Formats: sequence, C-alpha cells, structure tokens
Amino acid sequence: MFRFKPTRRALLLAGAAGAGALISARSQFMVPAQAKGLEPTPSMRGGANNYRPGAPLVERIGGGGFLMTGTVLRAGDGAPLAGRRIQIWAHTTEGHERDPHSHGATLTDENGEFRMDMPQIVPAFGQPHGHLAYDAEHDGGGFKTVFLRPVMRSADERTLAAHFVLEPA
Amino acid sequence: MNRRTLIRAGLVWAGLGVLVAVPLAIAATSPLIAWRQPVYIVAGFAGVVAMALLLLQPLLAGGALPGLPSPRGRRLHGWVGGALVAAVVVHVAGLWLTSPPDVIDALLFASPTPFSDWGVIAMWALFAAALLAGLRFRLRIRPRIWRLAHTGLVALAVAGSVVHALLIEGTMGTASKALLCAAVVLALIKTVADLRTWALLLRRRS
Repeated sequence: MFRFKPTRRALLLAGAAGAGALISARSQFMVPAQAKGLEPTPSMRGGANNYRPGAPLVERIGGGGFLMTGTVLRAGDGAPLAGRRIQIWAHTTEGHERDPHSHGATLTDENGEFRMDMPQIVPAFGQPHGHLAYDAEHDGGGFKTVFLRPVMRSADERTLAAHFVLEPA
Repeated sequence: MNRRTLIRAGLVWAGLGVLVAVPLAIAATSPLIAWRQPVYIVAGFAGVVAMALLLLQPLLAGGALPGLPSPRGRRLHGWVGGALVAAVVVHVAGLWLTSPPDVIDALLFASPTPFSDWGVIAMWALFAAALLAGLRFRLRIRPRIWRLAHTGLVALAVAGSVVHALLIEGTMGTASKALLCAAVVLALIKTVADLRTWALLLRRRS
C-alpha cells in the first residue's frame, strides 16, 4: 500500500512551490488601478439592516446636531452625480434604527455632495455607526443599489462621512 | 474554622463581589441606557450577568470557593450553569427583538462586526457544554472523555465570550470589563490546573 510520508524538506519545497504559483497566478489578473478608472463602491455587510424603502425627503432628521456628509460619484470617470436620493438612518439620541423618525432622505447637489443634519449617533450593537442607502428603485435609476454602514472612530465625534461611487446599471 | 480561614474566605468573597458588582453597577448607570428601549437594556444587562456567572462557574466546579467545597460547589455549578444558559438566551432574544436583521446576520456569521462571530461561537460552545452536562449519565460517556469534552467546550466558550466582550463598545466600563474578563480566564486556568484536567490527555488508555 502507498503511504504518504513526506520529509520536512519535501514539505517545505511543496509549500514554496504552491506559494510561488499563487503569487504568479494573482499577478496575471492584476491590472493598473488607473486602467479602469474609479471603482464602484460595494455594499457593506449589514448596510441594509433596518432600511425603510421610500423614507421621505427631509430638511433634517429630528432635532439635528450631528452632521452626516458624503459624495456620490459615477464609477469610471468619477463625475459628480447631482439630484441622487440618499437615505440615512442610525441609532441616535432620539431613536432606534427601526423607528421611522430615525430615517430621512436627501438629494445630492450639483457637486454630487450631500449633507444631513441629524441627532447624535450613539453606540448600538457594539459600535457607533450609521447607515446610508442609494436605492435604484427610489431614484431616477440608471445606477445599481448600494448600502453603506460607516463606523465612527469614536463615539465622541459629531460628524461622519460616507462616499458612494455608483456603477451604471 | 480558625481565624485565618475566616479572613481568607472573607477576602475571596469580597474580591469576587467587587469583580462582579463594579461592572454590573457601571452597566446599570451607563449613559447609553438613556437612549435604549427596555428590551435592549435587559438584553445588554443579561450579557453582563452571563459574564459574571462565567466567572463563578469554574470556581464552583473546582470547589475553590470558601464554604462551597466539592460536592456542594459541584451541585451549585449545575444550577448556575442553567442560569448562565438562560442569561445567554435572554441576551440573544432581547437583541433579536431590538434589531432582528443584526441578530440574523450574527447567527449566520454574516455580520460586519467580528465580535458577533465570537459571541455566536461562544454561545454554541456554551450550549454544547451545558447539553453535555445535562446528558452526562444518559450518554454513558467515559468520565475521562466527558471531562475533556466539557472542559474543551467551556474553554472555547470562555475565549469567545472574552473576545466578544472586549471588542464591544457597550455599557460596561472598559477597565472593569477587562478586569472581569481577565478574572474569568484566570478562574478557568486555575480550575483546570487544580483538577489536573490535562493529565487526562497524557494518561494512556487502559
């Protein structure tokens, strides 16, 4: 019967050969970052949790005091996208993520920028974090849906930024 | 009981009391509570209680607590184990009621937060350890194997719970949480050392 009993040298050689093969295989698929231009932002894990499709456009969420900012750009050429609808929600001093009054939407300006005055975000489920959505179904369309879940570096911060690079649908 | 044992017993219980009471008190007075619903508050608190019970468990199993030597300590170990499972169930169920998608993500290991994975690993290890304890005599496992399996599952539950707790920004104070976690790990190591559990691994099968 055949018995597999490698020496240490054989194992090391095989390991090195495997690693080398992996590295060379990967480099075949590596292309310069510039070639494809600006990459689209992928949705983040858990980003869509407690989303409320079609939350209304609002001046500010609740009493405000905390600033959510960000940009919406087109993948590839990085052109700013105006008039895109972004929904924002979080666990704040005024309510839970699931509460309707914790949600609000806003539109980007001609520079592709948006800002939302909202209540202070507080740690929930272990992290102080916000949620943002670009939902193709509640926008003019033309781009794919993206959900973001940025985390604040510290619960003491009064602002949070999140940036969308949208992929044409 | 002579005076020295009395003093020692007092010190041990006082130390345990402080280790458990301080994080519970800090959690109960956390500013985060003002912005949470009762269900979420209870769920978070159940997690803190579970960590406190996790500290008692190995000490009870090893008969290390003054006034609770082996037969009595061991019997209490079973009851506290039941309470520990109940605390974890309340913790997870309360979080589920607070935000169902976040808990579903955690249970499916699809959560954006690594501490959720550690918590879920610890939960299943704890449930398995408790199940093993409950079925100890019905399963007719050899005591040696049973002890090794129970201890291994508990070690996984402790490691998972400690990482879970340390990574979370919650209601417990950072220092008191770290201290409680260190105590939980030390209690487990002390009991494994006292009961010489590793000797079961080295002993030849006869």
